[in-house]
Amino acid sequence: MSNLKVLMFGWEFPPFFSGGLGTACYGLTKGLHEQNVDVTFVMPQGPESMHAEHVNLIIASNMKQYRIKLTAVPSLLQPYLSAAEYTTAYERHAEKLQNESFSGKLYGKNIYEEVYRFSKIAGRIAQSEEFDIIHCHDWMTFPAGIEAKRMTGKPLIVHVHATEFDRTGGNGVNQYVYDIERSGMEYADKIIAVSQFTKNKIMECYGIPEEKITVVHNAVDFPHVEPHHIKASEKVVLFLGRLTLQKGPDYFIEAAKKVLDFDPHVTFIIAGSGDMEARLIDRVAQLGIGNKVLFAGFLKGADVDHAYRMADLYVMPSVSEPFGITPLEALRNRVPVIISKQSGVSEVLKNSLKVDFWDVDELANKIISVLNYRALHHELTTHGALEVQTFNWNVPAQKCVAVYKDVLARPPATSAMMEVLARAR
Amino acid sequence: MVNICLYFHVHQPYRMRKYSVFDIGHNLHYFDEEKNREVLRKVATKCYLPANNIMLELINKYKDTDRKFKVSYSITGVILEQFERYEPAVLESFRKLAATGCVEFVSETYYHSLAFLYSKDEFKSQVEMHRQKIKSLFGQEPTVFRNTELIYNNELGKFLESMGFTATLTEGADHIMVWRNPNYVHRIQDGTMRLLLKNYKLSDDIAFRFGQKSWNEYPLSVDKYAQWIHASDGHAVNLFMDYETFGEHQWEDTGIFEFLRSLPDALFKNPGTTFLTVSELARYEPVGELDIHNFISWADIERDLSAWKGNHMQDSALSELYAIETAVKESRNAALLEDWRKLTTSDHFYYMCTKYFNDGDVHKYFNPYETPYESYINFMNILNDVVHRLNRINREKRLAIEMQQGYHAPRPSITEKPVNIIQ
Repeated sequence: MSNLKVLMFGWEFPPFFSGGLGTACYGLTKGLHEQNVDVTFVMPQGPESMHAEHVNLIIASNMKQYRIKLTAVPSLLQPYLSAAEYTTAYERHAEKLQNESFSGKLYGKNIYEEVYRFSKIAGRIAQSEEFDIIHCHDWMTFPAGIEAKRMTGKPLIVHVHATEFDRTGGNGVNQYVYDIERSGMEYADKIIAVSQFTKNKIMECYGIPEEKITVVHNAVDFPHVEPHHIKASEKVVLFLGRLTLQKGPDYFIEAAKKVLDFDPHVTFIIAGSGDMEARLIDRVAQLGIGNKVLFAGFLKGADVDHAYRMADLYVMPSVSEPFGITPLEALRNRVPVIISKQSGVSEVLKNSLKVDFWDVDELANKIISVLNYRALHHELTTHGALEVQTFNWNVPAQKCVAVYKDVLARPPATSAMMEVLARAR
Repeated sequence: MVNICLYFHVHQPYRMRKYSVFDIGHNLHYFDEEKNREVLRKVATKCYLPANNIMLELINKYKDTDRKFKVSYSITGVILEQFERYEPAVLESFRKLAATGCVEFVSETYYHSLAFLYSKDEFKSQVEMHRQKIKSLFGQEPTVFRNTELIYNNELGKFLESMGFTATLTEGADHIMVWRNPNYVHRIQDGTMRLLLKNYKLSDDIAFRFGQKSWNEYPLSVDKYAQWIHASDGHAVNLFMDYETFGEHQWEDTGIFEFLRSLPDALFKNPGTTFLTVSELARYEPVGELDIHNFISWADIERDLSAWKGNHMQDSALSELYAIETAVKESRNAALLEDWRKLTTSDHFYYMCTKYFNDGDVHKYFNPYETPYESYINFMNILNDVVHRLNRINREKRLAIEMQQGYHAPRPSITEKPVNIIQ
């Protein structure tokens, strides 16, 4: 039997990259390769990749080893760019854009146009590629997946890493984005959710029947490094993530205040940037803990590991976290973790402390306990570090293959059915 | 020909309430009254009351025959207190059983503690407290001892012998018995006190496997089970188990109560079989001595102490707890001492076990906490409040003495250890 062939749509891919989604796509495609699945990964280009060919070449060559063919589509698409930010980015880069590519017109004027344009190009790519199944990641690529399905009649899997409700915390859900997410979920033959938490959201907020959704928890691949702790003069508690409503940095600060009232010999580090930054700095000043809560800004690469190694404890107080890979990274660096119960990772990570994000008293109780009870710190670290070693991408990849096979075993949709589906949109 | 020695253990701990670091110094309520009352009511309804009824029924059924139905119990001090407070009907039914003359009570630590491992003094105190409790409630003075979770080694054997016990119960663990037969009475190393060994195979057939549909002997008929007993040899088959086996671990719908009710008839079909209490069994001449250097217990497949002393959290909680024993006693504060003793109950340390946490197993069934980590945090916060109270009491005492003697008087020798554990 020949290898299963998957046409995959994503928007970021390391080392070019990348937030959590790029890392997840990288891991998943690597795992799929282990399962003898051939993946063609299609992604739009971001504004920082003006040397599109150059960057694509690098990525493509990187991926040769995994038998993944990478087709890059120039684009301004970025996952976390709001519509307003996109407009700015577009104007900034518009003059520099001189390339000819798939279509005559290079970049859409706004993010919605961009998504639409990517979908049209995706349809063309789909017609020229050979594959069995379409697999796309999050809303920006859903129209592309739908278009590819319309053009080819091949089954479509949509993979939900985050919903509009996670990104906005439920406040100010963008109707356009919601509609795209919903149509992708409805149009798909099967939906993959990164956690039960996300599956519940898909059922509750998008009205999708339970049997259409399969939970495939993310994993993480770690190089074998021997982590070392960097000794700081005080105990250090770390927050690392975007400073947005979704990640709950405000709860981290409120808990910090309670901890500091109990024990002033603790330093809190907030690493990340985002639209809440000014508000958070203000709140810290207001609480009078400015010398104890440090803002480290956005960290990348080695600085991230450095931050983990300085920390005695990592806290992820997310309000709504579909999965959440950072606690696993922390444990790899032998840092114990407290995670919010409103996260996908809390469904699978046993050796951690879990709290409701809003329960600031309990968060503070647990922070103080981990910092002061050495035996607790030791056991959480030892068992947690062992547990993260068992996470690897082969398991989710196997589950994806099972979904592919399940979908492919169904009778193919007739063109009449396709027609009905298309009109229903 | 073989006899039967039925022995049941009856215990429920004082479960702790949720106790945060912010409660330290402000909150004296350590135990979750509501939950403890609720658990006790549930277990009383499902197990203690119906099981006691059957025992009484069986005792009465055979009391005028030459072969009587007899049973032995160890009931911890902490559950007796809870019966008195929440479920006096259960206590009453145990009293009725005691009055039949066919029931024997076994000695143990009042608080179901691991005191022997940390403090011989405290161990003796708790055994004495239990003796008095049993005497006042049931009018018996136990002569046979069972240590918490059947924990035993040579040293404990010698110690118990010096305390005047005639026998002690422990696990007939494979690695101890090797070729020996647990159905025979043995004696302790270099001594005469008897060792009564649990027949774990036949005990666990009832306690663990009875309702297990995947077991190849399921469903276990009373006749089949009686055959197994009759096919055994030795002084007596020792069926030792938690009393909660009946109705709580094995639910009523498994047929466990019917099994119990019809067991004596099935066993009496063999003319030589009789029921013995533990002290009756201890009168048999031992067949040999058992050298048990390392501690054994009836817990888990390891049959050792690793369920209570298997990780850093457990070790730290236990050693911090016993580190303040002397100071707590010297404070002469009865409420403080009672709270401290309630913390010695072994269940608190069992909840902290990480051994099978990743497999999510039987430990979980008995565990009121989501994770071992939470149980440790809760325990340590409460222990720190005990330390806090202790420091305050000592400070007040010192102040009073200084007031009396003038401020330049030499400092009295009140134990300052332990300072706040948290730092």
